[in-house]
Parts: sequence; C-alpha cells; structure tokens
Amino acid sequence: MLSLDQATVRFGARPVLDGVGLDVAEHEIVCVLGPSGSGKSTLLRAVAGLQPLDAGRVLLDGRDLAGVPAHKREVGLMFQDHQLFPQRDVGGNVAFGLRMHHVPKDRQDVRVRELLELVGLPGAAGRAVAALSGGEQQRVALARALAPRPRLLMLDEPLGQLDRSLRERLVVELRELFSRLGTTVLAVTHDQGEAFALADRVIVMRDGRIAQSGTPLEVWQRPADEFVARFLGFDNVVEATVSGQVADTPWGKVPVPEGTLQGERTLLVRPAGVRLVSADEGLRCMVAARTFRGTHVAVRLQPEDAPRLEAACALREAPEPGDEVGVAFDAAEIVVLGRRGPS
Amino acid sequence: MAARRKGAAVSGALLALPVVFFALFFAYPVAAIVARGLHVDGVWRLGQVGEVLGDSGIRHVLWFTAWQALASTALTLLIALPGAYVFARFDFRGKQILRAVVTVPFVLPTVVVGTAFLALVGRGGLLDELWGVRLDTTVWAILLAHVFFNYAVVVRTVGGLWAQLDPRQEEAARVLGASRFAAWRQVTLPALAPAVAAASLMVFLFTFTSFGVVQILGGPTFATLEVEIYRQTSEIFDLGTAAVLTLVQFVAVGAILAVHAGTVRRRESVLRLVAPETTARRPRGRGQWALLGGVLTSIAVLLVLPLAVLVQRSFATPGGAGLGYYRALTRDDSGIFLVAPIAAIGNSLQYAVAATGIAVVIGSLAAAALTRRDAGRLVRGFDALLMLPLGVSAVTVGFGFLIALDEPPLDLRASWILVPLAQALVGVPFVVRTMLPVLRAVDGRLREAAAVLGASPWRVWREVDLPIVRRALLIAAGFAFAVSLGEFGATVFIARPDNPTLPVAVARLLGHPGDLNYGQAMALSTILMVVCAVALLVLERLRTDRTGEF
Repeated sequence: MLSLDQATVRFGARPVLDGVGLDVAEHEIVCVLGPSGSGKSTLLRAVAGLQPLDAGRVLLDGRDLAGVPAHKREVGLMFQDHQLFPQRDVGGNVAFGLRMHHVPKDRQDVRVRELLELVGLPGAAGRAVAALSGGEQQRVALARALAPRPRLLMLDEPLGQLDRSLRERLVVELRELFSRLGTTVLAVTHDQGEAFALADRVIVMRDGRIAQSGTPLEVWQRPADEFVARFLGFDNVVEATVSGQVADTPWGKVPVPEGTLQGERTLLVRPAGVRLVSADEGLRCMVAARTFRGTHVAVRLQPEDAPRLEAACALREAPEPGDEVGVAFDAAEIVVLGRRGPS
Repeated sequence: MAARRKGAAVSGALLALPVVFFALFFAYPVAAIVARGLHVDGVWRLGQVGEVLGDSGIRHVLWFTAWQALASTALTLLIALPGAYVFARFDFRGKQILRAVVTVPFVLPTVVVGTAFLALVGRGGLLDELWGVRLDTTVWAILLAHVFFNYAVVVRTVGGLWAQLDPRQEEAARVLGASRFAAWRQVTLPALAPAVAAASLMVFLFTFTSFGVVQILGGPTFATLEVEIYRQTSEIFDLGTAAVLTLVQFVAVGAILAVHAGTVRRRESVLRLVAPETTARRPRGRGQWALLGGVLTSIAVLLVLPLAVLVQRSFATPGGAGLGYYRALTRDDSGIFLVAPIAAIGNSLQYAVAATGIAVVIGSLAAAALTRRDAGRLVRGFDALLMLPLGVSAVTVGFGFLIALDEPPLDLRASWILVPLAQALVGVPFVVRTMLPVLRAVDGRLREAAAVLGASPWRVWREVDLPIVRRALLIAAGFAFAVSLGEFGATVFIARPDNPTLPVAVARLLGHPGDLNYGQAMALSTILMVVCAVALLVLERLRTDRTGEF
C-alpha cells in the first residue's frame, strides 16, 4: 500500500534518510524503531509531504506522490507533541480535518461525537485543549488524525510524553483500536517495548538506513547486528571465532547452537544464557552489582580479565554483590550476529 | 493575610518614587496648562470645548489626524507584515545586521526622519532631480515617513512572535487537508492576531500623535492635533484652544492605550512557543526567493534610501562633494544660534545621559513593582498609566513645564535638569516595556533553589535576578538614550536658546532659508543619525528576541 523506494533526504551534506526502501501492506501496523537522530521523524515527514525528497520515490497505492502537496495526500500524522490547536476546543480540533474536506456541519458533529467515544472521551467536545491531561491530549490528537479517514495513519512517538503505566495501557488500547478499524499504521518510536507491543512488523533504523526488518519476535530473537542487539538492551556482545559448535571468546570457550556460521563473528549471549554455578566451576567472576527487575534480578558480573557480563537470575537465587561465582553458558541462548565489524 | 499586606507594602514602596515623579513632572504640568487655558479669571470656561470642537478648521485637523493615522497604520502593516514573515521564518546571510538596520529609523528623531524625506521627495530632492516628482505637497510624504518610522514596530512585535510559533502547528493543519493558505489562515493568523492588533495600535498611537514628521513635511496644508497644539500655543498664543485640543488628544490616547493593554494581556496566553532559532530556514523555491527579494527591495527603497540621501545631501556642497557643511557647524556667526551648532552635540549627549539615568531608575522601580506577584490591582493599573507619556502631547508637556515649574519650591526654569526630566518621561515607558517581560520570565523556582542553597533574599536578587536582568537593563538604557536624544516636541519649548539639542538645532536650521542652513541641517541630522545608529547596533549585539516588546 505504502512503499518507499530509495528515499533520500539530506540536510546540507548529511543524509538523514539514506536510500530507504520499505513497504507497508494494507491493515498492517509497522513500527520504525531507532535512537533519536536516526531519521525516523524525517521518514514520516517525507511520506506526509512536509519534507521534500532529495532522491527516490514515495508511492501510495502505487501512485507516485512526488508533487502532491501535503493536504492532498490523504495521510494522517499524529505529531510527537500532538500539536493540538490551542485556539480551538476539543471538538474544534477533531472537526478540523472534516472542515478542510468540506464535510457538512451536521455530519461533522456526528463524526466528532463518534470519534470522541471511540478514544474514550465522550462528551469532551466543549473542553479547552489547555485543560487536558497528557493522556487526554494524546486521545484527542488520535481522534483528530482519524477523523478525515486517512488511507494511512502515521504516529510520531505516539506515547512519548506519557508516564509508564499509562503508556503500557494505551499501547494495548491502540493496537485493539487499529485492528478493529483496520487502520494501516506507520509509527515511529525509540521505545522498544512500545514498538514490540504495537507492531505487526518492526523496522530498526540507524543513521538514516534500515538496520533490520522483521516481526517483533524475529527482531528480538535474532538481532541483525551488534547495533541492533545493543539498541535492544543486550550488553553481552563480543567478538568471537566460531569453529564447529564452540566459539572462542574473551570469556573462554562458549558453546553455540548447531549450524552456526563459522569464522570471525560477533556473538550475543542473552542474560538468560548466563548460568551461575559454584565458584570453582566455569568462568570465575565477582558480582559487581545487582538490579531488581520485577520478574528476575539482573546481575552484573566482573570476570578477571574480560568484559563484564550480565546474567538474569531467579529472584531467590541471586547472589550478593561481592560474592564470587562461576559462570557457565547455555548454547540455546547464544546468537551469532549477522556480520562482524563496527557497522 | 499579614504576608499579603506586607507584599502590598513592598510594592507600594517600590512605586513611591515613580508615582511622585509622574505626579510632579507629568500630571501637574499637564493639568496646569489645561487649567491655564480653561480656567480664566477664576471661572471654568467649559463652553470653550464646544466652541473649539465646532470650529471647522479644528474639525478638519481632527479628521486629518485620525485618517492619516489609520492610513499610515494600514500602509505600515501592508508593507511590514511580509517583512515580519521573512525575518521570522527565513534564514539568510546578513539577517542580524538587517534587523538592526530596520530598527534604526524607529529610534531616529522625528526631525531627522522629516528631513530625510524632505531630501528624498521634497523640492530639489532626489526624486525632483531625477524625474521632477515632488511628494512634499501631498500626504504621501507623511504616510511614507510614518511607514519608515514604524516598520520596526511591526517587524519586532509581530515577527518576534511569529518566529516563536511552532511551524508544526501549520503542518498539522496541512496533513489534515488544509492548503498552505488555509493552514495560515486557520492556524497562524489567529495566533498572530493579538500581536498584529498590538502592533497596529502602537503604530496608530505613534502616528496619531506625530509631530516632528508632520511639522516638517506637512507644510501649511496638513496638520495633526499635535502640530495644531504647537501652533496654538507658540504662534497664536491661544491657550484655551490648545488646552481643549490637549484634552481631546488625552481622551483619544487613553482609549487607544486601554485597548492596547487588553490585547497585550491576551497576547501569549495560550500559544505554544518554541525557540526562534529552530523555526527559520533557508528560502526554498522561486516563490520564497521572490518574497525575500521583494522585502529586501522595499527595505532598500523605503528605509535605506532616505537615510542615504540625507547623508549624501550633507556632503553635497555647492562646490562639489566636501565637508563644507560640517565645517560650517563649528562657526558661531550664523545669527541663528548664540553658539556654534556643533555645540548641540555636547548638549544633546549630556541631556541624554542624565535623562537615561532618570528613566532607568524610575522605570526599573516601576517594572519591579509591577512584576511582584502580590501586586494589587491598583499597581497593575499603573502599568497602563506608564504608557501615557508616549501619547500625550509632548508639546503640552514642554509648555506645561515652563508654566508649572516656575515657582519655589519647584522653580526649575533656570536649571539644566528641566530638559532631561522631560526627556526621561518619554524614556520611562520604553524602560518598563523592555524590563517587564524579562523580569516576569525569571523562573521563581530559580529563586527558591538559591534560597534553599542558603542565599539570603538580597543575595538571591544579586545572584539570580541581576545576571538575568542586566542585559535587559542595558538594552532599556540604550533605548531610553536614543529616545531622549531624539525627543523634540517637549525639548523645543524648554531647551534654552544658548543650549539647543541636536533635533532642536536641526529644526531651527530648517526654519531658515538658504542652502547653507539646509546643508548644515543635513549634516547635523547625519551626525544625530550616526549617534543613534551606533547606540542601536551596540544594543542589537546584546539583544535576544525574547527581551522586550519593542
């Protein structure tokens, strides 16, 4: 439905989008995930027609959008900080797009009521925008973006400014709502939890390029490279030489799953794959710190002359800082990343 | 309750000096001259109001004053709004300097503005020489001079806000289906409207009370209220008529200021503002480059050209380009002055420095009182009163000084301080307007943080407030200095013949025929312009967009 072909945007000499190609299918929810400055917002602005492309194409339903101004693209964009119009009340904001599309007044009113109900703010049409809480603003912004029935809805950090518990609740609501309405969604966020909870498909971006694309499970299980792995919060990433079912790492010999690519590789050891054993077995480490994570305890381990390791322990088994422990590795939780090297 | 009463007492103490100052040097002289005109032989002659207003000549003056002010305001908006947009949204080389350049006319003495336009469109002016076109007999000369003078008011007030409006508001409207123009009309214009209204009212106020410009360019045909008051007072000696006209102007200006105060208060209430640096970008596409070109051209023709002609005339002696007129300024044998005209520079600078000192002290005290959160309604009402000197006839104030401050204990007629006092009256509103937004913007939590870290109230002021306010204070001082330097309406009455200021000397030179006098007027105006421009360029270095409403 939406496809980008070699889309490139430069600010001065610096490419912000660098030959990006991606497709979004009808009714699909795609989430672009990346750190700030990776070009996510520019991607949305380019699709919306707010940022001209320096090269490449944007196609919507097969039609090239070059030269089509923003207001004729029929895409919705929910801005990062919502950008509600402060001079208008809630109803005025939601009705704005309908007015621009010359929808008759009585049908506007019906649609505004319908949308406010949909986002859980029935009867809020007369309220002032300034009097809304962050979560309510987000709902109004969503209603406003949905009102003109855009062919594609784009969300820029949709839940960015909200507090954690609200975010976790809203992301579930959003997903339910979009699948009920059959909305095609392209969202960007820097929060992996949000992306994984919302999306059918996740695209990880780095420096204006696509680093990886796949379902949330695929991306989580098999990060494409060291950057993606570290961005997802995995810190046990090292250089290794793989031969057969053993990898030679700074942590010593580590078992790897069958069929692993051979030679010089980058290795990811998930924290769950770091098992604690008694101090005279395996790799000797000192417990540097431990952090309670709700379902488990993250333990930071300092081996004698090797990079630190993170292990995930059950709550009752977690050692104290200062304890001496041994470490063994579990092949099932070890992933050899695609390529070796800095990129 | 006790704390609140204490707060009100502090505000009152801060306001004491400004209140006394305004009572003695503004209210009293103005009241005295009005009384002198209407209270004759122990009887109030209020019937005179009707008589004066019934006079067809006076009615003509009233009508002209109003419509030329409206026309000037409309024309200024028409020409300056595109400029405000360009300054707010475009990034181009030389923008900083250009922003200073367009502000120069605003601080120029009205006499210099009048002179510059005379040199451009008057008899023997540039247009006359080139195409035989003269505008000094038409109202266009006055209107264009008013645009020249007030361009910066619109660019600063409207452009300053425009630069801080989040461009994504318009983009949000665009993706909802609004065309470029619809997005501007639906989103940006409502946000700008209060600033446009405030700027319009300021321009209307300045042009409604215009004196120097009309005095020089209006000839015998066109007179504003202010010019008529001057004529009635100093030429016809009809104080009764002058008093009625002063009252009329007072009422009109009071009404304008009340409206203005209302719009300023509403101005930034609900808007979401962003840093101005983030909203400007290089022009894109043919349309935007054309707009930039058009604005630059209009600035060159309307703002830079008159000043350039003025400078050129000051060097164009009968014997070719030279410093002849400047040299003539140093001689004291012209018969027009008791001293060499060049002495006016020294006088002007001395007066302006003294006036700046007074204005800064009075203005800062008033601004400090107005920013206190526990200030009562009475204090906030004082805010609007502080603007009044900008609109009340300077001629009246000047003449009022002469007749009111002439007996002990306040016999200041012979004192040099009379001139700086009158000039400070005009400077105070500028100081207050510059300081208020900055003082109001000091985050209260900074003071709390300092207090929690162990700073006494005095140390809090010294360590937190002062560093933030210092720049604004310097800027305010600069404005007061430039305005004092250019003050004409009041000074022309009270400056003593042996101690003329620059604007007074220019006007007097223009009042005498002859190429030499005209050339000297141009030379003195050039000097005055350079002094003002230098003061302003120094300010522009200090200034940020957030400071001040001018």
